[in-house]
Amino acid sequence: MTETNGYNLRLYVAGQTPKSIAAIANLKKICEQHLPGRYEIEIIDLMKDPALAVRHQIVAIPTLIRQLPEPLKRIIGDLSNTEKVLVGLDIRPT
Amino acid sequence: MAGKSHATPVDLPTIGKSATGIHGLDEVTGGGLPEGRPTLLCGSAGCGKTLFGMTFLYNGAADYNEPGVFLAFEEHPEDLIKNVGSLRYDIGKLIAEKKLAIDHVEIERSKISESGEYDLEGLFIRLGFAIDSIGAKRVVIDTIETLFSGLENEQLLRAELRRLFEWLKSKRVTAIITGERGDGTLTRYGLEEYVADCVILLDNRVHDQLSTRRLRIVKYRGSAHGTNEYPFIIDEKGITVMPITSSGLAHAAPTERMPTGIADLDDMLEGKGYFKGSSILLSGMAGSGKSTVAAHFADATCAAGHRCIYFAMEESPQQIVRNMRSVGINLQKWVDRKLLRFSARRPSLFGLETHLATMYRDVTEFDPTAVVIDPMSALTGAGMTGDVHSMVLRLVDFLKGRGVTALFTNLGIAAGENAATEIQVSSLMDVWLLLYNREGNGEHNRQLYLLKSRGMAHSNQVREFIMSSEGIKLREAYVGPEGVVTGSARLAQEAKDKAAALVREQAMERSSRELERKRREIAAQIEILQAQLASEDAEASLLTREGAARKDQLAADRVAMGESRRAGRPGKRPRPPMTRAATGQEPK
Repeated sequence: MTETNGYNLRLYVAGQTPKSIAAIANLKKICEQHLPGRYEIEIIDLMKDPALAVRHQIVAIPTLIRQLPEPLKRIIGDLSNTEKVLVGLDIRPT
Repeated sequence: MAGKSHATPVDLPTIGKSATGIHGLDEVTGGGLPEGRPTLLCGSAGCGKTLFGMTFLYNGAADYNEPGVFLAFEEHPEDLIKNVGSLRYDIGKLIAEKKLAIDHVEIERSKISESGEYDLEGLFIRLGFAIDSIGAKRVVIDTIETLFSGLENEQLLRAELRRLFEWLKSKRVTAIITGERGDGTLTRYGLEEYVADCVILLDNRVHDQLSTRRLRIVKYRGSAHGTNEYPFIIDEKGITVMPITSSGLAHAAPTERMPTGIADLDDMLEGKGYFKGSSILLSGMAGSGKSTVAAHFADATCAAGHRCIYFAMEESPQQIVRNMRSVGINLQKWVDRKLLRFSARRPSLFGLETHLATMYRDVTEFDPTAVVIDPMSALTGAGMTGDVHSMVLRLVDFLKGRGVTALFTNLGIAAGENAATEIQVSSLMDVWLLLYNREGNGEHNRQLYLLKSRGMAHSNQVREFIMSSEGIKLREAYVGPEGVVTGSARLAQEAKDKAAALVREQAMERSSRELERKRREIAAQIEILQAQLASEDAEASLLTREGAARKDQLAADRVAMGESRRAGRPGKRPRPPMTRAATGQEPK
């Protein structure tokens, strides 16, 4: 579904909280800026499927998980600190 | 706060309690943990927090029909299940029956980076999901402090913890939150600040290389509770808290009696034995027969169809059974009939309080009428002297409260290092039996003496104590010129007495023989005299008859003479004398 160097990102939120909305917006902005065309975002609302929180070891909300490329990376927070997101996702600014 | 939101439906004046099912803990807390509220369980590593939590959930699910959720931060579910498997808690079965759920929360700081604000809603969702999926009434969170090392933002974490505890309350689950003991604080991260309803502290102290687990209820809002430190044990039967420290002096005083197993000793105790529920101290030097007296008591108790626990501190049960055969007591048959239980533990195996808790557990489980602690003095090895006193006090109170007759043996008689203990302890005891070893004449002999026996007119005699294959016999001690004599001295005295008695008997026999002889002599004399008397009588009657015959003759003569006078010369009297003797001779 994605190219070899593509980013598969999952963002876990719990309903439409301000933090969740901010996280979604922040993530989209960062990806557009640094990974144009190389990313895929999946937003998972744990309110709708709480079992996923157990299966994917989610504690904090919002949590961003980099599924691909491996290894798995986790970032928690509303992603307002772009620097930390880039470091956390291991994205070198182009 | 959330407390207000659920304050309205609670119309009971007292708070509800959720039973833990842990031996003793429910007594100490007056029924269990505060229902629907979180309880903080703190203690240092390895003091049994996780096990407490798991036991709470297991008992809840298995016995009280209250499903539970275990939120584990430290251990994997498989490990948890295995760890408590040794306690025969079948967690897997409860999980399959949807009575228990385990969720493992993994947080590792190195794998997480933070960017901006977040909350712990994920944790709430997981917990809520687990609670709702099985209808949980109980929750254990072990150990939430792990979050502090997993997340950077401590301020945020604290706010979230506060929210979590309020949320738990609103969920109406009875929760245990475990926390690691901090330096000078109850928990390292000050969880006690948030969980204010009930705080229980677990402790595992080591003294003289012996560790003792203790539990203390630091606070329990809205409920009376014991404030002391209570020893507890964890073994293959789970957790047992020893709920008593020193109960009041309000135990009943039964008038029933328990035979001592030694008929002669019963005689010394008004012929009936000990009072039921009394505490008996049996002091004596090594080899004075303490265990044998104790075994007699155990034997008599079982023979009456009652249960008895023999706490053996120095000998193995097999050895006791074998040794008691030599005095004619078969304890094995009582063991086989499940009337006698041996509980053998080396005193040095664990600390005093642990011993106490173990005894408590055994007694509550087996429900005996009598117990034997042989010897109590061995416990001094497991703690300081002062501790032994307080332990015995607690044990005595506990046993009295249950009406259990307890026999404590104690090595040594007010001498040496046990002296202080013994003096302190003796005042707790209702009966104090002393066994002496008296040395003299190249042998040592045993003596028994009833120093005190509350509430009865007991014997004040020192008795010689003899053990044979028929058991114990108590002999009246001989008081000789040098005091009480026992053993061969007594035998010698007895022989002497016997010889003297024999001499006395012979003398008596002799004099009675003499008497008999005299009596016979007199009887013989009487016979002779009687014979004489008889012959005299015969003579006398002969004379009488002779007299009468002569009278007749004279009359006849007179008639004949008269007739002849009428023929010859009338008026002349006959001449009587010449013929008297001749005629007297021939009356026949």
